[in-house]
Amino acid sequence: MKNLIFAASCALAMIAGGVQAQERDLRIAFDVPYEPFEYKDDNGELTGFEVELAEAMCEEMNANCEFVIQAWDGMIPGLLARKFDLIMSSMSITPERAERVLFSEPYYNTPGGWFGPESFSTDVTDMDAMKGKTVGVQRGTTMDTYVTENMGGIVTIKRYTTADDMVLDLEGQRLDVVFVDYPVGEQTVLSKEGFKEVAEPVKLGEGVGVAMRKRDKDLAEEVNAALATLKEDGTYDTIMKKYFAYDIKM
Amino acid sequence: MPDFIAQWLNQNDIFTAMTIMEYWDGLVTTVHLVFLSLVIGLVVAVPLAIMRTVRNPLVSGPVWLYTYLFRGTPLLIQLYIIYYGLAQIEGIQETFWWEIFREPFYPALLAFTLNTAAYTTEIIRGAIVSTPHGEIEAAKAYGMNWFLRMRRIVLPSAARRAVQAYSNEVIFMLHASAIASVVTIVDLTGAARNIYSRFYAPFDAFLFVALLYMLLTFALVFAFRKLENHLLKHQRPLSS
Repeated sequence: MKNLIFAASCALAMIAGGVQAQERDLRIAFDVPYEPFEYKDDNGELTGFEVELAEAMCEEMNANCEFVIQAWDGMIPGLLARKFDLIMSSMSITPERAERVLFSEPYYNTPGGWFGPESFSTDVTDMDAMKGKTVGVQRGTTMDTYVTENMGGIVTIKRYTTADDMVLDLEGQRLDVVFVDYPVGEQTVLSKEGFKEVAEPVKLGEGVGVAMRKRDKDLAEEVNAALATLKEDGTYDTIMKKYFAYDIKM
Repeated sequence: MPDFIAQWLNQNDIFTAMTIMEYWDGLVTTVHLVFLSLVIGLVVAVPLAIMRTVRNPLVSGPVWLYTYLFRGTPLLIQLYIIYYGLAQIEGIQETFWWEIFREPFYPALLAFTLNTAAYTTEIIRGAIVSTPHGEIEAAKAYGMNWFLRMRRIVLPSAARRAVQAYSNEVIFMLHASAIASVVTIVDLTGAARNIYSRFYAPFDAFLFVALLYMLLTFALVFAFRKLENHLLKHQRPLSS
């Protein structure tokens, strides 16, 4: 009986929503914690760059949003099983994922950062000066591909499985410089004394997009339109500056 | 190159001339590293094994401690300690040691050598202590001194008993060398990992490298069988 009432009220709500046509219900999934993109603050409230961006986007789309916490490995299955409608959890756009989900236009991309000791003064874009230098990267990342394609044969490339091992070798002076995902470098290298950012961050890859079910093409258009508006009217920049000292806008 | 191989190479994205070269470089590195550590390990192990059999605990004690430590801890941990640990020593970057330990090759060679020397010491010691008493007594009866006895009787007969166990150690060492890739050495496994991460094709990348390890192992097994046949000729039954 309870179920029947629930179903009836749901149906009513849907009809009402259809009639009003402005307030639509959307559930958005995040995997926490992934600072500073999505995490719980000291009061247990969900916050972060993507969370605030999602709030602004919902307002723009005139949607009634509910935020869902979902562990990373169940992200795409949960979306396909209709547990939620959108993923805004730093999901990079890749061809493999694009076969199963529909991505919006990218809304951010963390650059690759060059980090090295204070004494490092070589220009990393000057291939003659970089000749013979040892560069550390994480194996299989977009940073690895970039260095392999652009500097292979000029510098010695050392590939690491974890960022920790790479930072150890940078500290031990086995590496002259490392090229890592900027937030990772910021947390690991820059938090140590005697290290600095040695060059401008480099934009790589296709970026991070909102993931939706393939059939939700109308929703994707709405999301794209809302994101475009936020990027233009300055809302995006305001949120970004709260969390980042560098540009991740795409 | 035969046509069918060229054709097959053209049909796949992974086994291009470039990746084959990476595997080849990896193979050279693996063989280089394993061969050197085994040779040095064996040269070190023979005197250590003899010291280990001496009654005086001041001589045998340190060797016992050494083999106990290196057989009692995983090779991966030993490699981590030597590679990352040494780099943390204050000021080592300014000494000549850094010339040796900056690159990953020598730390890996040192770890592998110390490890295989410990195992080999115990293998040879076992062979020495199991020398039949009669042989030693006979040698003594001939008036041979300790040194001559070692050289003519004990070591040759111990070598015959040790060779089978040692062939296992050689094969284990070859397979254990796969961990060199964790300290950025691009050996066979390192090449496979790089290629895997570039194409996201674990089966192709790792099955091919497994095949290469297997070929190396078969070559070793074959060589040791020849050596055993040679050393143990006298034990073979007379062929009819």
